[in-house]
Amino acid sequence: MLNQYETVFILTPVLSEAQVKETVDKFRDFLKKNGAEIVHEENWGLKKLAYPIQRKTTGFYQLFEYKGPNDLVLKFEIQLRRDERIIRFLTVKMDKFAIEFSKKKRSIKSEKKAEEV
Amino acid sequence: MSQNQSEIRYLTPQPVEVKKKKYCRFKKSGIKYVDYKDPEFLKKFVNEQGKILPRRVTGTSLKFQRKVAQAVKRARHLALMPYVTDLLK
Repeated sequence: MLNQYETVFILTPVLSEAQVKETVDKFRDFLKKNGAEIVHEENWGLKKLAYPIQRKTTGFYQLFEYKGPNDLVLKFEIQLRRDERIIRFLTVKMDKFAIEFSKKKRSIKSEKKAEEV
Repeated sequence: MSQNQSEIRYLTPQPVEVKKKKYCRFKKSGIKYVDYKDPEFLKKFVNEQGKILPRRVTGTSLKFQRKVAQAVKRARHLALMPYVTDLLK
């Protein structure tokens, strides 16, 4: 059974640019290896947190949208919990409205980019 | 005595408040999905302390109030919105 999921996680702000990239790459590889098809990914960059988490007031946000089998989420979340660079994460199963919404959002964005170019 | 009380008459007609009808903004504008990644939008549904406003204040339909509540809670978990605060707006 393939479902579409969406995971947002927050990385600690103590990492350098390269370290952030490396961490994100690691999780992308993990998803791909375990039979996920990545639909979309987004890097929101360094953002201020609404409240401190582990005494940190900022964090790097990263979003993954992927299709995968349902046991993948469990494995992926274990990996996220093990990694101490991750301070918070959330996985949501996307319903048809969510999929439609993100598709629309992306198409608007790509149109804008096309106009700029 | 009792007859006197029931026959109170006013010289000027009592002002009748014309209430503006509330409506569900999701149904009106055709939004089907409440995005938890957009804290600016969700701020419309919380008060200054970051509490979720009741349906009777915002006029949201039950179906979307549930979705709004879920989205606000998700946003709070991801530190996009505060759990407790003062002067949010």
